[in-house]
Amino acid sequence: MRSEPHLGIVGRAAPRVDALAQATGRVKYLDDLSYSGMLHGKILRSTEAHARIVAVDTSAAKALPGVHGILTGEDLPVAFGLLPVSQDEHALAVDKVRHIGDPIAAVAAEHPDIAQRAMELIEVTYESLPVVTTMTEAVETTEEPIHGDGPRNNRDREISLEFGDVDAGFDIAYHIREDVFFYQGNNHAALEAHGALGVVEDDGRLHVFSSTQVPHYLHRILAKVLEMPESRIRVTATPTGGGFGAKTDVFSHELVAGQMALITGRPVKFVLTREEVFYAHRGRHPVLMWVKTGFTSDGRITAMSFRTFIDGGAYGSYGAASLLYTGQLQTITYRIPAYRFEGVRLFTNKPACGPKRGHGTPQPRFGLEVHLDKAADDLGLDPVTIRKRNLVSPNTVTVNHLRITSCGLTECIDRVVADSGYLDKRRHLPQGHGIGFAIGAYMSGAGLPIYFNDMPQSEVMIKVDRGGGVTVYSMAADCGQGSTTMLATVVGEALGLDPSDLVVITADTDLTPVDLGSYSSRVTFMAGNAALEAALKLTDLVLTAIADELDIDQDAVEIGHGVVVAGDREIPWAEAARIAEARWGLLVTTGTYKPPKDIKGDYRGAGVGPSPAYSYSACVADVKCDPETGHVSVERVWLAHDVGRAINPLLVRGQIEGSVHMALGEVLMEEQTFRGALHSGPSLLDYKIPTVLEMPRVESIIVESIDAEGPFGAKEVGQGPLLPVIPAVVNAVHDALGIRLDAIPLRPDKVLAALDDLERGGPGRYGPTDLPDYTFRSPLRVDPPPEAVTV
Amino acid sequence: MEPVTLTVNGATRRLFVPPQRTLLETVREDLGLTGTKHGCELGECGACTVLIDGVPILSCLTLTVNATDCEIVTIEGIGSMTEPHPLQRSFGEHGAAQCGYCTPAMILTAKALLDRDPNPSEETIAEAIAGNMCRCTGYLSILSAVAAVTEENQ
Repeated sequence: MRSEPHLGIVGRAAPRVDALAQATGRVKYLDDLSYSGMLHGKILRSTEAHARIVAVDTSAAKALPGVHGILTGEDLPVAFGLLPVSQDEHALAVDKVRHIGDPIAAVAAEHPDIAQRAMELIEVTYESLPVVTTMTEAVETTEEPIHGDGPRNNRDREISLEFGDVDAGFDIAYHIREDVFFYQGNNHAALEAHGALGVVEDDGRLHVFSSTQVPHYLHRILAKVLEMPESRIRVTATPTGGGFGAKTDVFSHELVAGQMALITGRPVKFVLTREEVFYAHRGRHPVLMWVKTGFTSDGRITAMSFRTFIDGGAYGSYGAASLLYTGQLQTITYRIPAYRFEGVRLFTNKPACGPKRGHGTPQPRFGLEVHLDKAADDLGLDPVTIRKRNLVSPNTVTVNHLRITSCGLTECIDRVVADSGYLDKRRHLPQGHGIGFAIGAYMSGAGLPIYFNDMPQSEVMIKVDRGGGVTVYSMAADCGQGSTTMLATVVGEALGLDPSDLVVITADTDLTPVDLGSYSSRVTFMAGNAALEAALKLTDLVLTAIADELDIDQDAVEIGHGVVVAGDREIPWAEAARIAEARWGLLVTTGTYKPPKDIKGDYRGAGVGPSPAYSYSACVADVKCDPETGHVSVERVWLAHDVGRAINPLLVRGQIEGSVHMALGEVLMEEQTFRGALHSGPSLLDYKIPTVLEMPRVESIIVESIDAEGPFGAKEVGQGPLLPVIPAVVNAVHDALGIRLDAIPLRPDKVLAALDDLERGGPGRYGPTDLPDYTFRSPLRVDPPPEAVTV
Repeated sequence: MEPVTLTVNGATRRLFVPPQRTLLETVREDLGLTGTKHGCELGECGACTVLIDGVPILSCLTLTVNATDCEIVTIEGIGSMTEPHPLQRSFGEHGAAQCGYCTPAMILTAKALLDRDPNPSEETIAEAIAGNMCRCTGYLSILSAVAAVTEENQ
């Protein structure tokens, strides 16, 4: 739903509603909670990468004074997984461990040091199994698959889809180009480590506090694994000290905290160490990809074939969706008349990958945007022209049945190209200095819920008290993105109240109506729409009551700043609310949001990719590269993002700048790598993220396409701006040194290897050449929608 | 247990602590000042920064017994919701906190800088906060928030 803001509350660059609480240290994160009599939990983790558990002897640990509870796999035997199709995890290992760091046992003790000592007293007898650490090994190994057995081997998920006649598209192509790329995996590195606290409340119900982005899913999975009805469990998501997708899965420590509280009768807190965070992981999948595209002589795409191999680590997690995301969203920026996507997710004996900011799309976006840069060179076009010749148009449908509505992509491109002087600088900067360009797009929320049902994805309730105070209830979890401020701003605009005067109760299954969670950039669009609907219903109740009271036409009554305006009279909000309560009784309204049903196709895999609206971005990056050391530094970034409408431009800019930071980490330095199956450096000293000294100037350009269905026209900004930055930097390195780096991060050794290749008369390339020897099943052929442009 | 005397946010505190207890544990668990955060417990992220005699120090790497007789300032000691320090207000106004987890340490580090150099350049501000990681903001709004409260901008 959409409404027009007229009070200037929406659109104002205002501080977050919790800004002072944050800056004064008053915000209570998970680890800041404590209860009298609280026990401290620790999790014993596997030292083997792949092994059968022969025995776990906890007798010595149990005998240690101060130890109150010990759990092993047999205590929580129910398998779980966030996706219904991937029920392959246990709270604590049952039968097998599958990566170094896999949870085996848990201890609760009077003091963390006692819990630590108890862990050291637990004896685990392993029977080692063959270890698989690379995707090639995963494809080739036939003995002892990581999960199950039989012909599936180490294949988790496979997808093979073809939309339109791809061979015909290649047949009519004037030019065909193929490339292979590799995108290394990386970790979210949120500053707050994960944690959970279980408490049995006075009514005997279990209360689990957790640093989670998805209290609703935690609620479901706690009920499943602990074998209790959901009504006996309360979940509260504490303010999250950074999420980025890290806290959208359900983890061992959350389930164990709940069970431990139940068996000991005492509050029990688990907080992961930084090392454990790297084992819990669920970060970016390493992706090896191959792309082949046909073009007309003037650069129009005739067909595309995209193949991805994604390294899932040891568990499914969100991987079935991650795999589809590596193929589904290529079509929302470019008009691709025929498209084939084949992908496979493989299990390896490493921590499970999952969703990280951009979920499954930064990897193919990197490949696609570098591929197009090369194709432009092949065809004698500039990188802007080749893209503009292929852009999707607003209000169209893609070949894979995705509905495009508002699209400010052309404006994003024009703004960054003009502001940066890209076309004049390209190929004209001195050696070692380059400029690169790329675009991207992302969803404003996944169109389908993870657990298929017809209920709303987001529900909001508003209540007014007798002093005129307004409380908004929503399960949306603020992971730093500002969802609480967004809710207060949307409701504030509708009611004419300052956002900081509203009370917003969030993320608590006892108190708040369901919102599915802070993932897929869904909260502004979905919870925002639900909040707007509830607020407009409340506005209607108040205006009707005032019109009745004054015996005037309702059209003569409207909301003003803190008042209801009736002709020349201004009735203070609190008084207006009292009049309305006298007229209607308790002032409570609700709003819900469910995405439209017609935004998806009807084929296996069609559930991933549809969104009620897509955000669009364009980026230009200015880089300097030292040919002696191979060091790449990013000097300046221009980033234009179509957010639909900026509900709070200060927070929108913050998401753009934060996305640029995270993207630069991924393209320049961050990598979750392993020596065999052992993490190369599970600490923030070894795992480098950009500091302030690596951060360039960022020119954030907000483009507003005013989406017809978004709340006040808004779309997402939390993830989309990350996408074009990575390929823009890689393309800039080509402009600077004439080399093509088809594998990221751009470590200095790769830059030097490519320079060396150039010097020896080669193409000046660093990157993969081969794909694993893997035969995809023949693709499921899907007819494009009649309105899509086809071959 | 070792006896220690600390001045924390202006108040003298006499405590008995185990010799291995870190100042981070003492501040958070013994004194209940949870505005000081732990992000890594290995001196990597800077989230546990407190001021010891005016100097930003990683409290996770400092033994409480080594801080005896020192003057310690935590985020709770520089301002409140009703009377915030100018930096605390400025961080909100510039969107310099998103998840807020690094914010107390970042503000204390900036305060120490401004106390010794009331008019730092942007480069000086960046160098001062280079040991404090922020994963949300990309730091630019933090630089603006600090620059806004230098003496010449006030």
